[in-house]
Amino acid sequence: MTIARHIKHRGGTLWLAALVHRLSGLALAIFLPLHFLVLALALHRAAQLDAFLRWTDQPLVKLAEALLVFLLIVHLLGGVRVLVIENFDWRDGQKRLATLAATVSAIVAFIFLVRVF
Amino acid sequence: MLLWRIRTLNWNACLWQLSMDARVKPAHDEWNSAWARVDCAQIAASKPLTENRMPEAPTELSVSLWRGGVEGRYETYRVPRRDSQTVLDVVTYVQRHIDPTLSYRFACRVGMCGSCAMTVNGRPRWTCRTHVAKVAGSGRLEIGPLANLPVIKDLATDMAPFFEKWREAKGAFAPSRTRADAIPRIRPDSPARLAADAAVECINCGVCYAACDTVRWNAAYLGPAALNRAWTLINDERDAGNVARLQAVAATGGCHACHSHQSCQEHCPLSLNPTASIAGLKRRTALAYLKGELKP
Repeated sequence: MTIARHIKHRGGTLWLAALVHRLSGLALAIFLPLHFLVLALALHRAAQLDAFLRWTDQPLVKLAEALLVFLLIVHLLGGVRVLVIENFDWRDGQKRLATLAATVSAIVAFIFLVRVF
Repeated sequence: MLLWRIRTLNWNACLWQLSMDARVKPAHDEWNSAWARVDCAQIAASKPLTENRMPEAPTELSVSLWRGGVEGRYETYRVPRRDSQTVLDVVTYVQRHIDPTLSYRFACRVGMCGSCAMTVNGRPRWTCRTHVAKVAGSGRLEIGPLANLPVIKDLATDMAPFFEKWREAKGAFAPSRTRADAIPRIRPDSPARLAADAAVECINCGVCYAACDTVRWNAAYLGPAALNRAWTLINDERDAGNVARLQAVAATGGCHACHSHQSCQEHCPLSLNPTASIAGLKRRTALAYLKGELKP
């Protein structure tokens, strides 16, 4: 048995904020090329684009879009929080700010979801 | 509950009585001492005190200690539970009464030397100031060596890489004057002094180093403690080594490798904020680069 298996101190608010920031960045990096591929259909394959847009009317896809909106906002706000930490004088209450960022992102994603349904 | 409170109060009075018997009691306390004597007798004639207390904590702890080097295993010991017992007390009990071959490190036992840090129930902590009541409500403790450092044996880690990185971060004071010169006056409320004050109480326990994921991922990363130390010296108006220091902390593995996870701040037993110090270094090095004082 190696000692590393027994380290379990992670999981605090700010550690989770860093994890969400990293994973949301990864998810957006995967999403963006696919997004541009779909947009490119508009140039030469309009029929395929229309078919794809009809496919996106499915509830499950709309849910996925809402998740994407959440990831985009949470990554944006999380990135701004880190930039403020690193470029301006220190401000206490980082846990509150990280929680606020996640809450605002969830609210925006929920509003998006309500609007698309 | 009221009865329990009264009995507790009376028990305290008994203790006070015992302690005061050996001294000259002040006159105004005579009523109190008489009351305490009567009540001591009442307590002696009543039920045992323990029956009226709050639910008892476990009388024994189940303590798993890491035994071996990097490869090893947790071995479990039974240790008597005591009032105001610290995690270091528990480890010391095992070493003194159960297995004298157990290796661990401590010195001052009062949170000053920074030598007794270990991983306690998965979190890096200073063991001499960590009460068992705080971390082992269930009566179970798992204690291992600090993470991110080589294990020498059992609970003792090799701190050499940790202090080597202090050296790499130019963590030693570089005097700008000789002892023949007058002592410089530093205003206590100057911004630099306030910044240094906020970070200077580090005891080098290595808790932040063990808690840092960037240290885990990046072997070259200097770590929160070394960078925090560099920040205090950069704000020390008497120091003359800042050009080399800024160069050192801006290099690969320096302050810019920090991801601002703030685990160092979260776990620091002295509630210092190395993330803030590292952020200060990031700003200072960026400014120095823009001014042409740092080579890319």
